[in-house]
Amino acid sequence: MNALPPPFVSRDAGVVRIGGALLTSTIGRIENDFAALTAEGDVVIDAAEVSAFDTGGAWMLADLKTRLGVGGVVTVQGLAPAYEALLANVEGAIPESDEDPEGPRGVMAALDQFGRKVVHAQEAVISFNGFLGETLVRIFYLLLRPWKLRWASLVTHMQDAGLHAVPIVALMGFLIGIVLAFQGATQLQRFGAEVFVVELISISVLRELGILLTAIIVAGRSGSAFTASVGSMKVQEEIDAMRTLGLDPIEVLVVPRVLALVLVLPILGFVANLCGLFGGALMSWIDLGVSPGMFLTRLYDNTGVWHLAVGMIKAPFFAVVIGVVACWQAFQVRGSSTSVGQRTTASVVQGIFLVIVLDAMFSIFFAQMGI
Amino acid sequence: MTETREAVIKVRGLRNQFGRQVVHDNLDLDVWRGEVLGIVGGSGTGKSVLLRTIVGLNKPAKGSIEVLGVDVLNAPDIERREVETRWGVAFQDGALFSSLSVLNNVMAPMREHLDLSPALMKALGELKISMVGLPPLACGKLPSELSGGMRKRAALARALALDPQIVFLDEPTAGLDPIGAAAYDELIGELQRALGLTVFMVTHDLDSLYAICDRIAVLAEKRVLVEGPIEGMTEVDHPWVQEYFTGPRARAAQVKGQATGQTGAG
Repeated sequence: MNALPPPFVSRDAGVVRIGGALLTSTIGRIENDFAALTAEGDVVIDAAEVSAFDTGGAWMLADLKTRLGVGGVVTVQGLAPAYEALLANVEGAIPESDEDPEGPRGVMAALDQFGRKVVHAQEAVISFNGFLGETLVRIFYLLLRPWKLRWASLVTHMQDAGLHAVPIVALMGFLIGIVLAFQGATQLQRFGAEVFVVELISISVLRELGILLTAIIVAGRSGSAFTASVGSMKVQEEIDAMRTLGLDPIEVLVVPRVLALVLVLPILGFVANLCGLFGGALMSWIDLGVSPGMFLTRLYDNTGVWHLAVGMIKAPFFAVVIGVVACWQAFQVRGSSTSVGQRTTASVVQGIFLVIVLDAMFSIFFAQMGI
Repeated sequence: MTETREAVIKVRGLRNQFGRQVVHDNLDLDVWRGEVLGIVGGSGTGKSVLLRTIVGLNKPAKGSIEVLGVDVLNAPDIERREVETRWGVAFQDGALFSSLSVLNNVMAPMREHLDLSPALMKALGELKISMVGLPPLACGKLPSELSGGMRKRAALARALALDPQIVFLDEPTAGLDPIGAAAYDELIGELQRALGLTVFMVTHDLDSLYAICDRIAVLAEKRVLVEGPIEGMTEVDHPWVQEYFTGPRARAAQVKGQATGQTGAG
């Protein structure tokens, strides 16, 4: 391919000479030269030496004409007929510049933003509560008519969210037990009260840590998966398609997922509890010389079964919160794949946050009840 | 006359196969500068595969492809990239970047390949959007907020962003209503004349073929079975071609094409 002559622009009194290859790929070189030309009386633009021309060049020339036209009459000479047609085409297509309407600035902008956020938050709370209610109604409806439940889907989600989460949950519980025993030991040794490490571990793991940390792992693992998969279906209009086919998306998509979490989260929590106790016992033995036999005896004698029950009671509530938040976020996906990403993040953050809030409320409740 | 025309795309002996299924075998095709070439063929004859192969999204098993004098299969990377800036592709469903506004979609290739000030890029982007017949309001919208027809126009604007010499269109009018499709045909014809484009168009739309295509290439039996102006197609002695170009829909399109041709001339 032959080399194109470089573009140029020069001014001599009332005549502006332009020429060379005025192409989208080359006009970057003369952009500043064009911008430097200012309106001064009548001008003739001599374009006889333009050797290549496309919409980029045409726009530059059209823009130059408009800008110089402020000072007087502008005439273009010598442009090849084919280029002339292109110039006319481009001039016809240049959109009228419309300034963006000025929004509020400074303090007002901040207030404006704040107001919008408050309204959005209020709408989100109402929408979430509506969704929660709708899901619970559907779950009870289906529990009364179990043959209508999507059993295959339920079992698949139990496998994904439950069985496949066992290794990570078990490892997490084991490590928490070790950490508690280790930290407890250094503190309790100062009082010569090493043996109380058993209560420290068993009560904190069974009541709080086992189930809370399991819920957090499940929110990160399965909550994000739910939002991403259902959210993608929303983008592909699959959920709209379901509605037109007379399928209720809550019944088909949400209930199996939420129900699967309700069924598997207590089991996972129990696994975490066992592993936590095991890890704690192991560390107590190694670090404090509390033998497994003594650990077990103290566990039987001093840790009531209510400690375990308090933890397990919370599990289904956490499961509902995680599942409903994840699915609700998925239903809020709008339009693009970016939205799926944002909603997935929001789903995990809100899921974990609400689980902790709920846990705090349970603590107050059980304290008041004296359990 | 044959001596003066210049082939901008030259495909020779192309062979494409997926596993044991051979899609193209020994396929030859020339596209001349400044023409609108329509590629037709039954489902599964590899129209889109041919397009994807030419633009480098699919590696052929055998054969050579030359675009604007560059052997795109064996050229060094730098030369290939240079050629890539001289063609534009508009995919069937637009394939716009869903997280970017229409204006940013059009500006994306400019940012990558051109050294222009942001203000000039924005002006050129707005110009391209206006040239494909979208209102200025569309600039700030996300692809998901546009209708199907507008998305196709936005995709065309993006394909034209770098002022390419060749534009590849994959089923440009599929899924549009007849009025929208006719308007899109007209738009392609207008831009082609104004910008001197070469258009490589995969289509099923008989109206488009009659309205704007200078030449048609029929894919069948794993190669280009026939090529030439649409008037000659009814003479071709091949069952598929006969059925395609003399069926009831083709006759209707032919009548319409002649009518628009006359008003265009008058």
